[in-house]
Amino acid sequence: MTRKSLFKHLPTTLFVASTSLAAVVHAAAPTELLAGYSGQAQAPSSATRGQQFFTGTHGGDWSCSSCHGAVPTGGGKHASTGKPITALAPAVNPERFTDPAKVEKWFRRNCKDVLTRECTAAEKADVLAWLLSLKP
Amino acid sequence: MPNISHPSSRPVVALLHLLGLLAGLGMGIAAWADGEQQTRQVPLLPAYQQECAACHMAYPPAYLPAESWRRLMHTLPTHFGSDASLDTATAAAVSDWLGSHAGTYKRVREAPPENRITRTRWFIKKHDEVPAATWARPAIKSAANCSACHPQAEKGDFNEHRIRIPR
Ligand code: HEC
Ligand code: HEC
Ligand code: HEC
Repeated sequence: MTRKSLFKHLPTTLFVASTSLAAVVHAAAPTELLAGYSGQAQAPSSATRGQQFFTGTHGGDWSCSSCHGAVPTGGGKHASTGKPITALAPAVNPERFTDPAKVEKWFRRNCKDVLTRECTAAEKADVLAWLLSLKP
Repeated sequence: MPNISHPSSRPVVALLHLLGLLAGLGMGIAAWADGEQQTRQVPLLPAYQQECAACHMAYPPAYLPAESWRRLMHTLPTHFGSDASLDTATAAAVSDWLGSHAGTYKRVREAPPENRITRTRWFIKKHDEVPAATWARPAIKSAANCSACHPQAEKGDFNEHRIRIPR
């Protein structure tokens, strides 16, 4: 791109960049995410079920707690690398469950690691309901 | 930007923006900190820092040849027993960056088994004094846990004078 054409396209480039940035940083409240998952599941969520799901191993080696701790108001530790992981409960760590794309990415990856399949909307709703019930 | 009233302040403003940007991105530094080798520092691509340092530290791109990074980036859904899959656009950006900052130094030339830094010949040679039992200590767990013994590893500093092996 020549200097001249760069300047000609700069306003559009900036516009595109700023709108896509707005899409990326679109923040949601954890409660909105929960409502979304419960809506998809077409059933109310259960914090008790969420706790069982989170701490259970589902026939494999790992549970969610293996990396996030049995009570995720404290920090966790990656089960194979040892890298510290900050608390998952939004009451302790307000950044959690505010970026829908990040939440979906990690549900997809971690559910595959623990359950060898993706989590259902109902399971995500239960986990989130439990995490939201935890107080520091 | 119609800011013509203070033309002299512009470079300063630009510099401040740049500094703010660098600080804001949490710019990490990767260095080839080999005693005999001149230190080479590469600022980490923010997407690399964000996506490839969630489960372990951001490994310096210079520690593996381009071929190893390419293979790693093509097998992310089955990454050392973890699902590390990425969307296509992010994966492409990270791949490009790794490819252009991969190791070129002669000891990094060959692609190691499993695409592991810890299986390269230079790594094994540099660590031949570390006994097998040390690697297995709970505070270390894995040779890939560089920061356990190199406290400044996240900054790309592997200098032998700053090594602290946990008990
Ligand atoms: C092998 C380790 C590991 C296991 C097992 C694991 N996680 Fe994670 N999880 C991580 C890491 C690493 C991150 C990302 C690092 C970070 O955000 O601090 C993460 C992040 C998340 C996030 C992102 C939250 C946010 O908004 O930042 C969610 C949701 C999550 N995990 C849910 C789960 C659930 C549910 C399970 C069980 C099915 C689970 N994890 C099991 C390692 C693990
Ligand atoms: C979901 C977790 C996760 C994510 C995300 C992740 N990794 Fe890994 N990575 C691992 C695990 C687990 C290991 C094995 C660690 C061990 O053996 O101690 C590993 C090992 C590695 C190793 C080999 C270390 C050695 O020398 O033994 C490299 C290189 C690597 N990862 C690169 C990457 C790159 C590049 C990315 C980003 C595209 C990435 N990783 C993202 C989990 C992850
Ligand atoms: C068990 C602790 C331990 C771990 C884990 C470890 N190292 Fe080392 N490292 C050492 C020791 C000990 C030396 C040898 C220093 C010497 O030569 O006296 C060393 C030397 C080095 C050197 C040469 C430093 C110099 O100044 O010559 C480099 C580079 C290096 N390590 C990189 C790594 C990388 C990259 C990782 C992770 C993939 C790693 N190390 C993991 C203990 C460790």
